[in-house]
Amino acid sequence: MTETVLDVRDLAISLCDGPTPVAAVEGVNFSINRGEVFGLVGESGCGKSLCALALAGLLKAPMAISGGQILLEGRDLATLPPREMRHLRGNKVSMIFQEPMTALNPLMTVGDQIGEMFVLHRGLTARAARMKAIEALEQVQVSSPERRINAYPHQLSGGMRQRVMIAIALACDPALLIADEPTTALDVTIQAEIVELVLDLCRARGTAVMMISHDLGLVARICNRVAVMYAGQIVEQRSAGDIFTAPAHPYTRGLVDALPRLGRRLERGQERLTEIGGVVPAIRDFPQGCRFAPRCGRVTPECRAAPVSMTDLNKGGRVRCLHHV
Amino acid sequence: MLNVLLRRLVQAALTVFVVITLVFLLFSVIPGTYASSLQADKRDVSAEVLERIEAELGLNDPLPQRFGRYMAGLVQGDLGTSYATKRPVADMLAGRIWASFRLACGAILFAVCIGLPLGFFAAMRRGTWLDTATMSLAVSGLSIPAFWAGLVLMYLFSLKLHWLPTFGYGSGGLRHLILPAITLGIAPMALLARTTRAAVLETLNADFIRTARSKGMSEQRLVLRHLARNAFVLVLTTIGLQFGSMLGGSVVIEKLFAWPGVGSLLIDSVGLRDLPAVQGAILVIVLFFLLINTLVDLAYLVVDPRIRYR
Repeated sequence: MTETVLDVRDLAISLCDGPTPVAAVEGVNFSINRGEVFGLVGESGCGKSLCALALAGLLKAPMAISGGQILLEGRDLATLPPREMRHLRGNKVSMIFQEPMTALNPLMTVGDQIGEMFVLHRGLTARAARMKAIEALEQVQVSSPERRINAYPHQLSGGMRQRVMIAIALACDPALLIADEPTTALDVTIQAEIVELVLDLCRARGTAVMMISHDLGLVARICNRVAVMYAGQIVEQRSAGDIFTAPAHPYTRGLVDALPRLGRRLERGQERLTEIGGVVPAIRDFPQGCRFAPRCGRVTPECRAAPVSMTDLNKGGRVRCLHHV
Repeated sequence: MLNVLLRRLVQAALTVFVVITLVFLLFSVIPGTYASSLQADKRDVSAEVLERIEAELGLNDPLPQRFGRYMAGLVQGDLGTSYATKRPVADMLAGRIWASFRLACGAILFAVCIGLPLGFFAAMRRGTWLDTATMSLAVSGLSIPAFWAGLVLMYLFSLKLHWLPTFGYGSGGLRHLILPAITLGIAPMALLARTTRAAVLETLNADFIRTARSKGMSEQRLVLRHLARNAFVLVLTTIGLQFGSMLGGSVVIEKLFAWPGVGSLLIDSVGLRDLPAVQGAILVIVLFFLLINTLVDLAYLVVDPRIRYR
């Protein structure tokens, strides 16, 4: 049985600081099932973090949701009044951020910062929350949690802090965990540990995970399904295995080719790693037609003529390309 | 901890030595002596009397000798005797330190109580008319000469409205303190409003505030538990520096309001070339600054867990 936890329909996010709003993200459709790990991949500036913030109701002006629905367990977060959104945030949908070094309040003990979740959403007293915080620390595999509970963030390593962040995010057994590049700022040796920890804990709780990353390799390894974003749109949505072995969109293909693999450079006699030429256009300069057209090797005049819509692939999944593989 | 205080003490001693030496040298360079200042006062003093006074006070001795004599006294805790009043400088200061301290406290209280909330609300309502108004006010507060502001306040609240006494110390009550304290506090208030605004804005942009938001708490809790303390840590240094330099800054204001503090003693004594009194007053101002700075450092130990002295 698959139960849909999150259903995002036609989500649009706009930059509203000028006379007319400019869409930074548009036409985003995806859904995540209970217990599923869903990957959202793309270069910096493609809108993946904006999507994450929108899901958690954390968009800051001048960015705002300008259309579409975000259905979390059937409730539309896009139109929820701020007060109700506040009760869901941290409780039903929580987030882990990229920078564990600065994401925790430097003047509060980690115990207080974890315990705050139980005070906020479970109505516990400070004392009871403290006991729960010790448990939560234990679950993220921090040794001697009774002692660590009194530590301040600066006394902990980056990996340790990210564990604390995970403890905070999962404290109230949310239905959805949004992990925005949770390991990018960490040592490579710790990255795998942290990812495993998040996956284990979420599996045990049936928490759905939206893993945001620019690391296609990581996402392909741990996710069930993956969506690739480019310039504010989803350009391809497939099962993780397919996207890695048979990318349909030229952009995805570029991403897969750009992944460094041991020995391949020598094999092909290359000096440098493969890259996708050019850069992501700025929000105001999005091309009229296919947004990847200026960087695409398969571009034809009709690509530039009109916006391209998503089409179903025979082998499952969807792609936004007229000349997909 | 003890180590830190000890180091502070050594630093203080060094600072005092340097300041005292500088003042001594300055006084040997500027024209006039205590004796000649009597003459400048248009008092009918004959040349023989002047010479006798100078000889009595040892003003004709060579500079190193005078300096050595003063330092020798200072090391033993003797601030010397005022040329003008013939009273021990320590006694003269004793009565005035309290007056100056009250004025400084009143001024910093005014600056903090008005400046912090102003800066805070300006930051929370960034870009609105409230923000613009507050910051224009802050710039004006920093640009207006304190003595002029004092005169305006005096004119308004004493002469026109008759709410408060014009000047003087009165019997030590609060009514006499209000106007000079506000006058002295305007510039620090303006500076604090600006610093607070910047601190709050910086903190609002911090990652941990985003984390706090993602936890799903009310704005009120966010501000009280996560924002306020972090922003305050950034402002604390400014408060300390402003408070510490207040005795020095109050010199003109004390004179304007005929406030019997260390500052007005300093001005009077400079006019009289009364070196021991000048040295004493400056000593108080410097020590106050050093003391407040040390207290601020200690306060950081309490509010910021990241700071631990070894």
